[in-house]
Amino acid sequence: MTNNPQLLEATLDELKHLFSQRAQTGETMVLNMGPQHPSTHGVLRLIVELDGEILVNTVPDVGFLHTGIEKNMEAKTYTKALVMTDRLDYLNNMGNNLTYVLAVEKLMDVSVPERAQVIRVILAELQRIASHLIWLGTHTLDLAIQSMLFWCVREREHILEIFEDISGQRMMTSFMRPGGLWRDVTPNFIEKVEAFLEYLPARLDDYETMTRNNPIWIDRTQGIGVISGEQALDWGLTGASLRGSGVRLDLRKLLPYSGYETYAFDVPVGQHGDVYDRYWVRVLEMRESLKIVRQAVDRLKKLAGAPVISDDRKVVPPPRAELGRSMEALIHHFKLWTEGYSAPVGQVYVSTESPRGELGVFLAGNGGPKPHRVHFRTPSFVNLQALPLMTKGHFIADVVAVVGSIDIVLGDVDR
Amino acid sequence: MGLEQKLGNMGVVTMTLEQAVNWGRTGSMWPMLFGLACCAIEMIGAISAPQNDMSRFGMELMRASPRQSDLMIVAGRVTRKMAPVVRRLYDQMPEPKWVIAMGDCASCGGIFNNYAIVQGVDEIVPVDVYVAGCPPRPEALINGVLTLHEKVKKEKLSTWA
Amino acid sequence: MTTLEQTTQALKAKFGDAIEAIETFRGETTVVVTADKVVEVLKHLRETPALNFRWLADVTAYDDYPEEPRFKVCYQIRNLMEPLNLRVKAAVGGETPTLASCTSVYPAAGWQERELFDMFGITFTGHPDLRRILMPSDWEGHPLRKDYPLGYEEVQFTFNYDAIDKKKPYAKE
Repeated sequence: MTNNPQLLEATLDELKHLFSQRAQTGETMVLNMGPQHPSTHGVLRLIVELDGEILVNTVPDVGFLHTGIEKNMEAKTYTKALVMTDRLDYLNNMGNNLTYVLAVEKLMDVSVPERAQVIRVILAELQRIASHLIWLGTHTLDLAIQSMLFWCVREREHILEIFEDISGQRMMTSFMRPGGLWRDVTPNFIEKVEAFLEYLPARLDDYETMTRNNPIWIDRTQGIGVISGEQALDWGLTGASLRGSGVRLDLRKLLPYSGYETYAFDVPVGQHGDVYDRYWVRVLEMRESLKIVRQAVDRLKKLAGAPVISDDRKVVPPPRAELGRSMEALIHHFKLWTEGYSAPVGQVYVSTESPRGELGVFLAGNGGPKPHRVHFRTPSFVNLQALPLMTKGHFIADVVAVVGSIDIVLGDVDR
Repeated sequence: MGLEQKLGNMGVVTMTLEQAVNWGRTGSMWPMLFGLACCAIEMIGAISAPQNDMSRFGMELMRASPRQSDLMIVAGRVTRKMAPVVRRLYDQMPEPKWVIAMGDCASCGGIFNNYAIVQGVDEIVPVDVYVAGCPPRPEALINGVLTLHEKVKKEKLSTWA
Repeated sequence: MTTLEQTTQALKAKFGDAIEAIETFRGETTVVVTADKVVEVLKHLRETPALNFRWLADVTAYDDYPEEPRFKVCYQIRNLMEPLNLRVKAAVGGETPTLASCTSVYPAAGWQERELFDMFGITFTGHPDLRRILMPSDWEGHPLRKDYPLGYEEVQFTFNYDAIDKKKPYAKE
């Protein structure tokens, strides 16, 4: 723990160069929207410089949730380190698992059977819907529509029940493994997912009725936080924050992974690049995810009985039943459990489309069983850089709307 | 005929001062909005999801300001950068105050045993109830809250601030 | 329609000796560049219309501790039209590792370079605002270096429970 009692004072000395001249003389006020704030979606500290109620400049101060996951993963074997990836972007657990597992599979050159790929797509899209539901609930709560939070969390409980059914855990499932999945889904998985697919579209219509043509919502979100497509590409924005500005860029279409090129879905884009467009893009994305899940479930029904994990015994442990019958299986089991598999020396970079944008994993192997370096290129970290640009000249109350529309998760920002 | 029975017939209830005050304190304990990480999402689920509703215990009113809250549910991992903030917020809460350490990271550092995470928030603030889980289910959090209520109901006159 | 081979040929033709090696691994291409030419190479890749690597996905580094130069800084860039992924790698080391900042070419690298400064101690010259981002501002040391300890606290089992309990700071009030 640091011993500096002045740590949290807005030390204008070290941040002087970031604020305008008027802040030095006291003409504008420098205020702290501290780490504990109801509307910052986590422990984000914003130091804002205000001229009355107009924002002159914002300096985000992040790092209050820095967990040292990257360094901690270097001390664990590849499969054990998977458990830590759930906790990065804690609203996209399946997506984080998927990206890390794709990177390990690329590094170890392991192929994944088709049934596993289809189930991965279903789980990733369900996770995307769950994440967008929480985003919608908290974003509308910040802008004073309170009922939406209750409705969205109620819907999300259904998805979490499905996750709990297959893995035993609601959020931190760690269901994916290098080579496929941990184990097969339960027999009632398909009917639960189909029941959810029947249930959700009517609810999404309710949400649209509540917000889409609501004059208060339109007033608070249109024209706020505008960023153009060129600026967004320059600043590295991805996800709905980029698509709201008119750039049709979705990694599921651009660099498909896990069989996404075989599903038919659209990529919605906005036009003006303001908060309203980003909101609308995400609502439409939820409907597209439902389309993908429907197609994947139809495919899954035809693949009953297929394997869900690769049989490359250098990476994937053998099933318990084989241990009594085969000597090789026993030896593989022993080596994998005690030492783990060794990766070649080399670096890979794999990226997927998380609900927030491009989630990338840079994995460097060094010939040993533990990763040499794991780096997560997280979307919220890069998206948050554009916050000062998007909020210049707005009222202080609009900062809350913009922070919500970028959809940051502090676990993603700070890792 | 005892005094209590006679009073009971007249519609008067007697209880000790401790019972009355403790009952009042548990009836509407207001938590402070202090979700740090993943456990905060389950806390939102516990409070807002109609399936596990915390307002039946009088606790759906989460106050953002520490000056108006009684209960600090530390939900999530506390980093070394955030530790002074946690202590300052705890100091700003008026007595009587209680702390629930929700989740493994707040109880003992969880799966993160490294340079950046405080190994258990009880290094910084005194904790009354620890709720285990990563993250604990909403029902587990509600169980923790009810355990805290039972602890409060046992408080004695001499321990009040 | 450019391919990765054409890109690497074009780079070798323009920069000659500054390109130390071209590596391919698992279908990915890495161009290893000398540290002082990195920003020029990136600028060329971005601004040449035929190459058009407009997007910077990631700036990261890894530490090969006993080897010198120890830090290998990797820039992951992408051509959005084809699409093509390319990695540009540069090695820096020494007592105070320094590299030129590429924020003039790709503004998206701003916070990523701050993170490298914080975690590894690599100074980026020309960066508009180089300060610690994830650790507290008065932290000493650079956590992701290989010679920085994990900060592991000994686990309390029953045999050493009391010994650790005595040393652990508990808050009293």
